[in-house]
Amino acid sequence: MPYLGGEETVRELRRALSNPNVQSDPLRYRNTILKVIRTMSQGVDVSGLFSEMVKACATVDVVQKKLVYVFLCSYATLNPELSLLVINTLRKDCQDPNPMVRSLALRNMTNLRLPSLVEYVEQPLTAGLRDRAACVRRVAVLGWAKLHNLHPSSEIDAAVVNELYSLLRDPDPVVMVNCLRALEEILKEEGGIAINKPITHHLLNRLKECDIWGQSEVLRVLQRYRPQSEDELFDILSLLDSFLVSPHPPVMAATLSLFLSISSNLPVISLAALERVSGPLLAACGSGSREMRFAAVCHIQLLLRSVPGLLGPHYKRFFCGYAEPAYIKERKMQVLVELVNDENVAMILDELKGYCTDVNTDTAQAAISAIGRIGRSYSDRCLQILTGLLGLKQDHITSAVVQTMRDLVWVCPQCSDTVCLALDGCEETLQDIQGRQALLWLLGVYGERISTAPYTLEVLIDRVRSEASLGIKMELLTATMRLFLCRPAETQDMLGRLLHYCIEEETDMCVRDQALLYYRLLHCGIEKTREVLQGRRSDPSLGVLIGRPAKPVSQWARCFNTLEPLSQGAVEAESDSRGSPEHVTYNSKPNADLSDTLSCSHIEEVHSGAEKIEEVDCAWIEECVRCPAVLHCSPQSLQAAMQLVNIQTLAFTPQQMLPWRVYLYTHTQRSHSMDAPNTTLILGELLCTGEANQKSGVKKGTADSEAGAEGKEDQLVRKEMDATADRLRVSEDGQEEEEGIKVILNQQPKDDDALRQFLTILITVLNTLSSEKD
Amino acid sequence: MISQVFILSSKGDHLIYKDFRGGAGNDIVSIFYEKVTALTGDQPPVVMNHKDIYFVHIRQGGLYWVATTTAGSSPFTITEFLNRLAALVKDYCGSLSEKSVQMNFALIYELLDEIVDYGYIQTTSSDVLKNFIQTEAVTSRPFSLFDLSNVGLFGAETQQSKVAPSSAATRPIQSSREQGGKSEIFVDVIERMTVVIGSNGLLMKADVEGEIRVKCYMPSCSEMRIGLNEEFSIGKSQLRGYGAAVRVDECSFHQAVRLDEFDSHRILRLCPSQGEQTVMQYQLSDDLPSALPFRLFPTIERDNGGRLLMYMKLRCDLPPKSLSQELSSPDQSAELKPQSRAVVWKIARFAGGTQLSALFKLEVPSLSSASMLEVGPVGLSFELPKITATGLQIRFLRLSPIQPGPSQRWVRYVTHSDSYTIRI
Repeated sequence: MPYLGGEETVRELRRALSNPNVQSDPLRYRNTILKVIRTMSQGVDVSGLFSEMVKACATVDVVQKKLVYVFLCSYATLNPELSLLVINTLRKDCQDPNPMVRSLALRNMTNLRLPSLVEYVEQPLTAGLRDRAACVRRVAVLGWAKLHNLHPSSEIDAAVVNELYSLLRDPDPVVMVNCLRALEEILKEEGGIAINKPITHHLLNRLKECDIWGQSEVLRVLQRYRPQSEDELFDILSLLDSFLVSPHPPVMAATLSLFLSISSNLPVISLAALERVSGPLLAACGSGSREMRFAAVCHIQLLLRSVPGLLGPHYKRFFCGYAEPAYIKERKMQVLVELVNDENVAMILDELKGYCTDVNTDTAQAAISAIGRIGRSYSDRCLQILTGLLGLKQDHITSAVVQTMRDLVWVCPQCSDTVCLALDGCEETLQDIQGRQALLWLLGVYGERISTAPYTLEVLIDRVRSEASLGIKMELLTATMRLFLCRPAETQDMLGRLLHYCIEEETDMCVRDQALLYYRLLHCGIEKTREVLQGRRSDPSLGVLIGRPAKPVSQWARCFNTLEPLSQGAVEAESDSRGSPEHVTYNSKPNADLSDTLSCSHIEEVHSGAEKIEEVDCAWIEECVRCPAVLHCSPQSLQAAMQLVNIQTLAFTPQQMLPWRVYLYTHTQRSHSMDAPNTTLILGELLCTGEANQKSGVKKGTADSEAGAEGKEDQLVRKEMDATADRLRVSEDGQEEEEGIKVILNQQPKDDDALRQFLTILITVLNTLSSEKD
Repeated sequence: MISQVFILSSKGDHLIYKDFRGGAGNDIVSIFYEKVTALTGDQPPVVMNHKDIYFVHIRQGGLYWVATTTAGSSPFTITEFLNRLAALVKDYCGSLSEKSVQMNFALIYELLDEIVDYGYIQTTSSDVLKNFIQTEAVTSRPFSLFDLSNVGLFGAETQQSKVAPSSAATRPIQSSREQGGKSEIFVDVIERMTVVIGSNGLLMKADVEGEIRVKCYMPSCSEMRIGLNEEFSIGKSQLRGYGAAVRVDECSFHQAVRLDEFDSHRILRLCPSQGEQTVMQYQLSDDLPSALPFRLFPTIERDNGGRLLMYMKLRCDLPPKSLSQELSSPDQSAELKPQSRAVVWKIARFAGGTQLSALFKLEVPSLSSASMLEVGPVGLSFELPKITATGLQIRFLRLSPIQPGPSQRWVRYVTHSDSYTIRI
């Protein structure tokens, strides 16, 4: 921060510091030094006073010494030559009978961060390791780490490393923990301190002596340890059990991390640990410090990924306090959405409804979209609330509600009637781009059921000249085209005007191209246009499964107890991966939309499409399975059976309905590439059409993706799913008389083992299910 | 691992800056402050990052307490550390404010030096630290008439002197060394209530988070015994005694507390260290033993002139006499805060068993029947002295061995509203 008169202040301070009268009066001397430090903390550059401060260092007054050291450590790097003068005083202090003075000198000697002084520091540091006083040893141990980082290239004497290892047995727990820290830094290149069985057991046995900081440090380092036998593992776990329920969140979190890492191949243990830790985590959620609350809520979100039902009975703990900051409220709402079940849905919705009128618009919008998310499973109640909110005629609320409705309608097409009725009059309140885009999309898709749709569009078309947003123009084009298809008489004139404007006057290339495309499309005939524009609709017969499938703990264990779950990016990824499908597909511009639907209209094109995929190293295998009775299985039992073998069902049609469909996916580890831990994503569809002609097709698209790129994967799933569905419809036409289930595997890059393995498992499951039914 | 720690005032003044690991640019503080001010809301997220430097901050005493670290560090540890640091500064400086931090910066640098070395937390125990900290705290106590009122006429004991002045616990722990005779110990039972009452008047949620906090100004204290209610019970099933049970759902203790007599007599034994520490934390959900302290009876109407009428009747359901007896006419005030779109009704004192009402008339442009739905909820914030929502009491407080010289023991109870929401 620029400080007016900084130079003047420095000059004055120098005068005072070199005044012999001041120097002879300890109290005045100390006060002057205080002034220097104060100016320093305010951001003024006082490095010019270095030589005066070096002189002030030689004193018996410990407080003055400490103050001078604060100064010297900040400016030593700027004055390496003058700093040499301090070394003598510091080395003399290292011999002082008072351990406090010794530790102070040693600490500041290493804090000067001057590579040129290393030779003077090594000797006192070595002596410090054997000092009688623990506080000197603590400083000396860390001093070696500092020294090493000053000269990362130079080898630290093996004798010192050995001495540090032996100091792990020091009676003082802080010295022990500092040794761990120092060794971790010094041996960073060799992968840190060697964690073997004796060291681990020694550390575990002394864990109780440490304070919470030491405990969390030791637990963190121990994560690298792998127990040699199951008995040893259980001994460690039972020893650590009391730490798992520690009232101190740092210890609790570190213990859970350790649990998850050493029992990574025993999922039962991990789940039990999660259950055990939920109590202390909930307590941390009610902590007096809101930052701690936030950290706890964010980590609970991680837990819920693997154990969705874990905190169901405690949903009230996630109600927001009115004075809580928006960032906590947002996370709490995300948790509430996860915890919804039949018993608490009324209470949760009532609570969320209260947040919708929050003064903070972000909170209000988050609450509305949370209601929308719940609406996927409890659509009637939620739609009632959402329609009620439209009555408030607040622009930010209306915008959020319309966007939420758009998302909801895609997943639950049965809501569309209510939504269509509610949309009347919204256009007057809507101000922002996202809200209007959502409204336009709804008007386009459900235009035949909204009586005022043409009039709304007409107003917008008349104003298109003054429209600044590119997104709105594109959306308007598509919506008008769609509306034209179902209500040509009312829309023809305005569509003509819009196309004319966009082609002739619009300066933006994107909009112009889009308009030209539609124009040429209309030349191809109304049927073709219809195929392109109305090709993609969600299937009303599909019921989306409530709740997300439980993910394995290993997926997030790595980032537990790090800053990752708390940072802003995590929120986006989270909401992205849980966003409704059309978010991704729809935002990927109508062009992508077009190519998809176009390809589905021609069988030949599909085949070429398949070849294209093969070109980029994909596999696509077809297979038939005879198991007609699967059709009569209840969705629940099917889902349960699939989950047993780690296949997740995405969506399915109700029982006995035709065509009967199930979408499913799974992640598998690529079998032969142990060195590169890539996961493979397999996506499939089960389909059964006729009554006599049992015909099911299973399609799988597998795609390699980095483990952890969640959002991308999900996006991929959706795209693949759409593509698969399209291709399937084609194959259905082509091979009407074939019986059984057809399995089509699509893979990238080729890894037949994993694919075959998956296929065998799937067929086994289907056969088992159908034999049970028989 | 912590790279830097700095303390900023809410206006962005650098109060304290300490670089533990070196190598960071000098502008790191300004980068943080820019990030904070760039956000529209007044509540920046706890974790922010600039390239690979992560800022974790907490707000206490109107100050930003910031630590910079790497992505892999534990958020729990860093947050707990910053909280602990703020608590220590409060212990050593007497209170937390921009002024006290500014005046005691030398002391805080000294503290930081002892607490953290090379980015690793060494110790935060005030017992250990007191041997190392040499700087004396500087306090500024504004002159107050209350201080005078404690002095009895001609040394006579006044009524006032039996009550600890509210500022008694906001002094630095170190000054006890000099004052010698003034060895005091405070035991506070603090409860925070989170309540949601539905629009139909039904209780939707009631949570109490409580803690027993000991603040010790004794230079040495070997053992202290705190007796809780005999009928205190933990968990749903367990009930003790015949009287009205005092029950909590969960309960955890500081690791220094010895519980050998807890099961039989509900006695906590500990050797308190200087400064403040939380001895016991407990939590109770849903069924509170006593009635809620406040009920609100709201009526929201629209009059012919298009004004919004809000008639509020607020009743205090605490037993009468539970509050101070000074029943002056309640000096209330009400203020419209356009920024947060709220009416703030301030009530200085509210006696138990009484009822207050208020009528607010608001001119709202384009008031429609729909906008009536936007009114609410009502949030209450209050502090109830001498009351615990769970009914937890401290039966006795014994120090052994008996302290030489005069020592004072204070037990205080207070219930705060964490969030007391009434839907309309």
